[in-house]
Parts: sequence; structure tokens; C-alpha cells
Amino acid sequence: MKRIYSISTALTFVCATSALAVDKAAVLDTYANIAAAKYQDSLVTAQTLQAAVNTLVTTPSAEALQNAKEAWLAARIPYQQTEVYRFGNPIVDDWEGKVNAWPLDEGLIDYVSASYGGPTDENKLAGLNIVANAEFFLSGAQINASAITPELLAETLHEADGVEANVATGYHAIEFLLWGQDLNGHGKGAGNRPWTDFAAGDACTNDNCDRRSGYLIAATDLLLSDLEWMSAQWTDAGAARAQLMANTDAGLSAILTGMGSLSYGEQAGERMRLGLMLNDPEEEHDCFSDNTHNSHYYDGLGVQNVYLGEYIRIDGRLVSGPSLSDMVATTEPTLEFEMRKKLSTTMMALGRIKTAADTGFKYDQMLERGNAAGNALVMGGVNGLVDQTRSIERVVSALGLAQIAFEGSDSLDNPDAVFQ
Amino acid sequence: MKSHATAILITCIGFLAITGSALSADPFDEPHLNILPRTADETARIVEVTKPTTTFSKVMRFEASSAGAATAQVRRGADAFSQPSRNIRFEDRLNFNVGNGFFRKLWVSSPSSTLASDGLGPVYNARSCHRCHIKNGRGHPPEDKDTNSVSMLLRVSIPAPDDDSIAEIEGYIASLPDPTYGSQLQDFAVQGHRAEYRLDVRYSEEIIRLSDGETVSLRHPNYRAGELGYGALHRDAMLSPRVAPQMIGLGLLEAIPAANILALADPQDRNGDGISGRANTVWSVEYDQPMLGRFGLKAGSPTLRLQSASAFAGDIGISTPLFPNGAGDCSKAQIACQKAPHGDQDPRGTEVDQTGLDLVTFFSRNLAVPARRNPDDPNVLLGKEVFYTTGCTACHQPNFVTHRLANQPEQSFQLIWPYSDMLLHDLGEGLADNMPEARATGREWRTAPLWGIGLTKQVSGHSYFLHDGRARSLIEAVLWHGGEAKNQRDAVIEMPKTDRDALITFLESL
Repeated sequence: MKRIYSISTALTFVCATSALAVDKAAVLDTYANIAAAKYQDSLVTAQTLQAAVNTLVTTPSAEALQNAKEAWLAARIPYQQTEVYRFGNPIVDDWEGKVNAWPLDEGLIDYVSASYGGPTDENKLAGLNIVANAEFFLSGAQINASAITPELLAETLHEADGVEANVATGYHAIEFLLWGQDLNGHGKGAGNRPWTDFAAGDACTNDNCDRRSGYLIAATDLLLSDLEWMSAQWTDAGAARAQLMANTDAGLSAILTGMGSLSYGEQAGERMRLGLMLNDPEEEHDCFSDNTHNSHYYDGLGVQNVYLGEYIRIDGRLVSGPSLSDMVATTEPTLEFEMRKKLSTTMMALGRIKTAADTGFKYDQMLERGNAAGNALVMGGVNGLVDQTRSIERVVSALGLAQIAFEGSDSLDNPDAVFQ
Repeated sequence: MKSHATAILITCIGFLAITGSALSADPFDEPHLNILPRTADETARIVEVTKPTTTFSKVMRFEASSAGAATAQVRRGADAFSQPSRNIRFEDRLNFNVGNGFFRKLWVSSPSSTLASDGLGPVYNARSCHRCHIKNGRGHPPEDKDTNSVSMLLRVSIPAPDDDSIAEIEGYIASLPDPTYGSQLQDFAVQGHRAEYRLDVRYSEEIIRLSDGETVSLRHPNYRAGELGYGALHRDAMLSPRVAPQMIGLGLLEAIPAANILALADPQDRNGDGISGRANTVWSVEYDQPMLGRFGLKAGSPTLRLQSASAFAGDIGISTPLFPNGAGDCSKAQIACQKAPHGDQDPRGTEVDQTGLDLVTFFSRNLAVPARRNPDDPNVLLGKEVFYTTGCTACHQPNFVTHRLANQPEQSFQLIWPYSDMLLHDLGEGLADNMPEARATGREWRTAPLWGIGLTKQVSGHSYFLHDGRARSLIEAVLWHGGEAKNQRDAVIEMPKTDRDALITFLESL
């Protein structure tokens, strides 16, 4: 009897596995389709930003600056939802530092206030930046920055500094050039760069408006070409899609690795908990524009929509298909309920931060030491993200993916392995 | 009258001496650990489990878990050294992750909006910890295509008169920073400042003939500090090249009982095996007392917190409560650097505050050692026998049991297999940097832990070893051993090729 029982169990198991195998490829396909849509949306919104930036530079005005800022804010919405593609996809990881490196070395780019956080008698050194100087020393090398081009930013400066992430390009460089420094500390208000920083002739404030405009154009052009490149990696013939599809189990593991790593290490840890520990008002991701609440919210939404296999594009269309959620629903319905619930709880907590920020209580104010309500809002997000990570790990086990990232079998739980 | 005064004076000296010894801490105290004493039964079990084995036919119990319960599963790809201690609590992983955030953080120049992220330099070797300790693995010398020497640097010092010694540390070799360049050369600088130098390395090859017709080429490096940005170095300047070491298992090394390390020391070589083993003793600014040196290539740092703080100061130019100068390693002679804006004029006090330093320390303490891959492979077991019987274990001590700790469950009472005695050994003229560090002479190096060494290629994409990455493979690293290890090196040259290959296979399994 016992033998017959085990054979039938084995057969059921084989059938279940093969039925799942079909679903796995479809799930990966949905994930890649959503990636393609998100990067495409990031590109389209960046093109709008580019047009607004060009207008600002050719016909500077308060209105043109405001339009460019709004275009930047809109461009962040699809981009932040792509962050869940980091960690699991090496192609995305290797590239991400070009477009979203943070913090930004703003003092290398343009004038910064020496009065903020430092002694005031060192203005001269604070003036050593690319916008103000056609030639300057960086790391012992004389840099010729007479023409500010995408190549100068992407290659010369990057090489001079030898870092994997470029601290003078990407979304945050553009953000800094549009908003300027946020000098309000924990008080209300974002950066407040005057539009005349881009004005021609005598109307120009803070000097070198033409070079500042040049930097803005070059940084925006560079962002666009980087997004074009990434967008192409997710088309049907794209390398990122091919890498993902090469092994279905590894592909599924990559999805969950991205979800877990973004939730726990990156967002709950580095971006939220750390800011709270340091109580630095600008230890927030979109510090110049005071847009961090959206940055966090759309990061969280990206995790959720990858799991559910449903993404709403910037034109309102739904991209959807078989998902991890469907897979878990067939194998462990209670876990599926738990996972959905946790993701919703996080989105509720991040939504609260966003709601408060949208009505005027910004993220940098929430970080202030002793601001109990603000700290609690941030911790709500941290707790939600930490808690959902536990469930993501349960999903990894339930789908039989726990060992995919490792060599050999797991013998470490064997009590004989450890001296007690 | 006169004799009376002398007598009083003598009495005073005697009194002072007694007071001094009563007040000064034992150099081998471990104030960094919250230790629960071992029971007699535990001590007996530890003696048994750390006895050198003489049986090589099968794998020993516990041997595959290099770091005890903290051992990580072997992750595929370059993240194999990026996992937390396996026995870490889920809640504590958040601190590990936040610490990792600090470790990866890109520091920016001052002044900046991000008060907690500025203060870079003004001169620096890297913008982040991770930049040198890439994927927490070991660094490498610059390759032909490299325009900079990130992940490798030159330390610099000059001999000092004996009155710069530390009286509490016997045999301390006094040295001072270079008067212009400080204690390290930095090849980067923030905008407006000159970098200190470019590292210029040239190699010459030497062919070594081994048994069975095998040959290996060793590359002899020649270092030059080129393009000096602030004038000449001091005429007596001593330069020591260093690559970034791997970061795994450090918390466990910090928790090895000092007494167990000292028990292996044999400074006078009383057992006549040609191998001495000396403890480095260094001054801890953290505890204001002499302590056993454990970290760094010459065991120049007693604790992970101090080591992390030194690296922040020297490598990135970031101040901490332990090294509060915002100018980092800039000397008094580097006036522009001293006067430049720093990142410490905010409520945190220093560029990294105590919280940040503690998080980085926690992270460094918990980077896990992966499990052995195939410890029971017959060829690995043969190589292990060669390793033991050749006498490599005289310095590469296979195992220890860590202290039982009240507040560090991950490191508490673990049987670990670092293959290091944590002591200094003379490795001969070929490897000498001729720069002393605390008690370590210019020919001495701390035995490098070997755990994880077989994953170097997977994590770091290269297989460069030794303090300056001159060895391009494990066999080259073995053949560089001279001084106290000359006999073992010669034995490797002469042994049959099958044994030599098995030895390397064993090392790759660690």
C-alpha cells in the first residue's frame, strides 16, 4: 500500500511540475513585457522632459522652468516603477548607476551654498565646478570642459573619478539643475532655483547661464540615450529578455530577488530607515524637488505590479498576463492571499506618506528628529516593506526556487554540520 | 639631606611603576567583546575538536561549515561574499542592509545638500568602501588599461626616533607619517585639489622550475609613486603597497580568544620548526590601551570598528568619532586640503557619526564565509593531506572556537576554519615591504586567512593574491613564500606534480 501511495504521489508531482513549466515561461513573458512597457514609458516621458528643457534654454521664463519641473516629476513615475528590475537582472544593475546614482556630487556640477552645513569663508572653493570653469583640476588631471557635451559627462568626468556610478549625470543631475539646492532643512519648501539662472545676457543670475544651460541639455540628452538603450534590451530580441528567458527557474528567481532586494535592503533599509537614523533632511532620494514620497511610492508600486503581472501605462492601457500571483494561487492559495495582503499593506503605508506629502507635509519634514507623526509615517513604510519581504521569501520556497541561486544542496541545516 | 631626597625619589618611582602596571590594561584584554566564560567541559571539548587531524581518508565532522553556524550557502555568481551570517536574525538583517548601504554609499564633496553624505576627501583613494572592496572580495593591482589604481594603494611612513615609541608595547617600532603626504598616498582629489600621486607598477618575470618539468613565472613588482602632486616624499619615506583584502568572516576573527592566538606564538622558535609567529600589539584609540592586532595585512588594527574608521579616514577622507579630522589623511603641510570645506559642520559632529560607524562595523562583522564546495572529493582530501604534512598548518592554523558572547549570537561559540594563526611571520626578502607597522617588521606579514580563497575568481573576476596582488594564481602565491615558510615552499617545488595539483585543488575548495 505504502509503495503504491508513493508512486502516485510521485506521478502527481511530475504532472504538477510540467503543468507549471508552461506557466513559468508565460510568467516571464509578462514580466519582460511589463519591463518593456515601463522603460518605453520612461523614455517617452523623458522625451517630453527634453522638449521642455529645450524650451527653457531657448526661451527662458518662469513658466518654462515650471514646465520642465513638471515634466521631470512625470518622468519619474514610470522610471521608479522599473527599479524592481534591478538586483535580479545584471544588465539593469550594470546600467542603473548612470541614470539614477545618488547622492549627487552637486558641488562638482554647479554653485552650491557654502553657508549650508559648512563654514562661510570658503566660498572660493565652492565655486570650483564645471558650470563655472572651462578648465579645472579633478583628481590631479586637468579637465577641459570648454564644451559641455554628453561625452564629457559620460566619459571624461566618469573616468576621472573611476566610480561605477556616475555622480554627475542622470535624473538627479537634471533635478539639481532645475530645482537647485533645498536649503530649507526640515522646514517647508524644496529647492528654489530662479529661472534667471538660465537667462541670457544681463538677466543671468549666478553667472555662466549659458554653461548651465549646456549642462542641462547634455545631461538630458545623455539620459535619453541611456533610456533608449535600456528600452531596446527588453524588446523581443533584446539581451535582457534573452538573459531572463535562458532558464525559467532562474528567471522566476530573478523576479523575486528583485522584489525582495528592493523591498528590504534598498528601500526599507538604505532609503528609509537610514534617513530616519541620520535625521538628515536631504537624506532622501529626490532631495532637490522634495519628490521623495513619490519615489518611494512608485518603487513600492513596481514591486506590487510585477508580482500581480499588471501595469498601467502612461496612456492608461493595461499590460497584463500570467503572473507569479497566478502561480502561487495554484500551489498555495493561503500564501497568495498573504502576499497580496502584505503588498497592499505596504502600498497603504506608502500611500499615507504620499498623501501627507501631497498636502504639504514633505518627506524631509517627516525625517526630523522628534517629529513623532512623521517618523511614524516613515516607519510604517519600513515595517510594511520588511514584512512583505518575509512573504516574498516564502513564495520563493513555495515555488521550489530556494536553491536556484546556490551551488550544491543545502547541507547547512544538518545538525551534524555545526559544533554546538 | 641629599641621600634622603634620593630615597624619596626611588620610592616614588617604585610607587609609580606599581601603579602603572596596576592601571594599565593587559595588551591581550578583549574590551571589544562581551565574553561569557567557557566552562571546563567546553574547554575540554574545544581542545579535542581543534587537535590537528592525522586522518585524511575522509572529511572531518564540521569541516565543511567554514564559519560554523554563520556559514552561508554558496551563492552562484559574484555575490558569493555578499550574504549575511546564516544565523543572523531576520530583524537584524535590516541593520546588515543599512550597513551595506553605508558601505556602498558614494560620498560627495562638501558643501552639499546631503549633509550626511558629504565630506569626501579632499584627497581620497575611493568614493565608497565598496569601490575597493568590490563585491566584498579582494582588490587588485592596476591592469594595463586602468587609468587609476582603485582597490590598491601605497602606505607611507618614515622611521621615527625611539621616543616616539609606545612604552606600553614591548618591541614597538616607532614610525611617523610622511611630513607632507601623511600615512597614505591618495590618487584622487575633489575638484580644485591636486591628487597626491599616480601609482606606477612595473613587473619583471622570474621563471621557477618545479618537479616533473613544470615551470611557473613569478612577476616581481617595482613600485614608484609617480606624478607627486605636493613635492617630494621625505628622503627616508618607506612605501608599502596594499590591495584591499576580502571582507568575509571578519567578525569571527575578531571573536577568537586572544589567549588561543597567543598560545600559538613562538617568537623565539623554541620548538625549532623554523617558524616563529609573533603577535602584533597596537594602540587602540577606541579603548585607549594596547590590544592584540588582528586586522590589516600586518595586523595593525585591533578591532573591526577601528579598522573601518581608519579606512574611512585614510581611503575616503571621511571622519568618524574615532578619527574626527574632516581632512582625512591630509598632513599639516597640505594647507588647502586642511582649509577646504568638510562635511562635519552639522548635528552629526563628524562626517560619519557613531550610528553610521556602528552600522558599517555590524555589516563587516557579519559578511558570511561560504561553505566548502567539495570537501570530500578524493583529490581535495589528498591535497589536504599534502597541506598538513608539508607543514602549511604551522602558520595556516586550520581552526579555532570563538568566544561565547553575550551580545553577538552570530559569532558566539562557533567552530571556524580560517586557516590562519592571526600571527606575524617573516616571509623573506622577496615579499618584504620593508615598512614596519607597530611590532611588525618590514619582513613580517600576518598569516592571511584562506577561507573563501577558492571563490576569488567567481567574486572578483581575477585570481590575484598576496598583499599587493602580485601572485596571479594560487601556485604563484605559494611559491612567493620565503623566510619562515621557505622549507614548505621548497617542498612544494620538489613534490610530485600530482601532489602539488591536489594541494591547489584543496585550496580551491576552501
